[in-house]
Amino acid sequence: MEQLVSLAVKAIFVENLALSFFLGMCTFIAVSKKISTAIGLGISVMIVQAITVPANNIILNYLLAPGALAWAGFGDVDLTFLGLISYIGVIAALVQILEMVLDKYFPPLYNALGVFLPLITVNCAILGGSLFMVERDYDFSESVTYGVASGFGWALAITAMAGVREKLKYSDIPEGLQGLGITFITAGLMALAFMSFSGVKL
Amino acid sequence: MAQTKRQMLIDPLVDNNPITLQVLGICSALAVTSSLQVSFVMAIAVTLVTGFSSMFISMLRNHIPGSIRIIVQMVIIASLVIIVDQVLKAYAYEISKTLSVFVGLIITNCIVMGRAEAFAMKNPPVASFIDGVGNGLGYGLILMLVGFIRELFGAGSLFGINILQTVNNGGWYVPNGMLLLPPSAFFIIGLLIWAFRTWKPEQVEEPEYKIQVVDAH
Repeated sequence: MEQLVSLAVKAIFVENLALSFFLGMCTFIAVSKKISTAIGLGISVMIVQAITVPANNIILNYLLAPGALAWAGFGDVDLTFLGLISYIGVIAALVQILEMVLDKYFPPLYNALGVFLPLITVNCAILGGSLFMVERDYDFSESVTYGVASGFGWALAITAMAGVREKLKYSDIPEGLQGLGITFITAGLMALAFMSFSGVKL
Repeated sequence: MAQTKRQMLIDPLVDNNPITLQVLGICSALAVTSSLQVSFVMAIAVTLVTGFSSMFISMLRNHIPGSIRIIVQMVIIASLVIIVDQVLKAYAYEISKTLSVFVGLIITNCIVMGRAEAFAMKNPPVASFIDGVGNGLGYGLILMLVGFIRELFGAGSLFGINILQTVNNGGWYVPNGMLLLPPSAFFIIGLLIWAFRTWKPEQVEEPEYKIQVVDAH
């Protein structure tokens, strides 16, 4: 249990997907102009991340890993090279299903989050989460924790970024730096701030 | 055709650069640039994937149903990325370890998808290939620039060869360790964008709010 808590804290602060691994940057820069949209997108990412990381963990352990197909009689088959294509397939399919389920059973939530869901398929934070899960050999409970926590970390980062940018648009910025340039520098300063969490151990 | 092939190749390098102007594919641009060698490999990988995926998607463009086009594009891109990943693992294992998940993340690199959607779905294969390669090169250019700055001033070397003799090795140069840390990539790209836009003022964005000078009298 303690191990899971420390994994969660690490995934949210120390190894924040957006600010220390630069994942999901395209959306991070493009959709962080208003706090309300940023929160909506952040929550969607968290939900999708919490579902896809464990789902990909199951696929890896029961279908792709060396010897994983032993239950079907193919003990010596190693399908790990199909990993990338399966993970992205799972993500695209799950996002589609989530969209349909939300539309059918939770229309208000669908109206709030619906526009962000297609964006999420191509958000590298989601695929990145799954790939980190593979690289670090997480088991099922760890992958659930990692999915939720890393999604939360991303949501936190984009919300903070949107807060800064809302204030920033009233300030007097040199001409060439307006828009994209200053956004990058702000993100850099935030990443510096997040680095102060490194070394925190629980 | 309005644009010549040469223009299509050169245009994305500066005038319509995918990173500084279209804001595509920034994720990996920041993460893999701490050394020049890794940036170089990444730049080649992305250029190849963008070029060939645009070409294949363009060949199939009349047969892909609109409703499932994203999935079809994803499958084509993912297959190409798997090839790149396997080749890297076979011939450049060290670099493939350093790049870790970022090779896989070429799949979700918005440049690849963006060019597929915006160009390859409407144009013939050869033109799409050139457009893809051009955009890959534009991306590679920024990647190499950032990698160059970060490795030269952060570690005092280029491609792993010592250029500035660092203090630890008995030289004179005190390396700026911050340049090897993630946040510096943000600053360098931010400043590069500033430089690009000072050079090409037509790229400057319109501010949302202008500060108005009110006459006091």
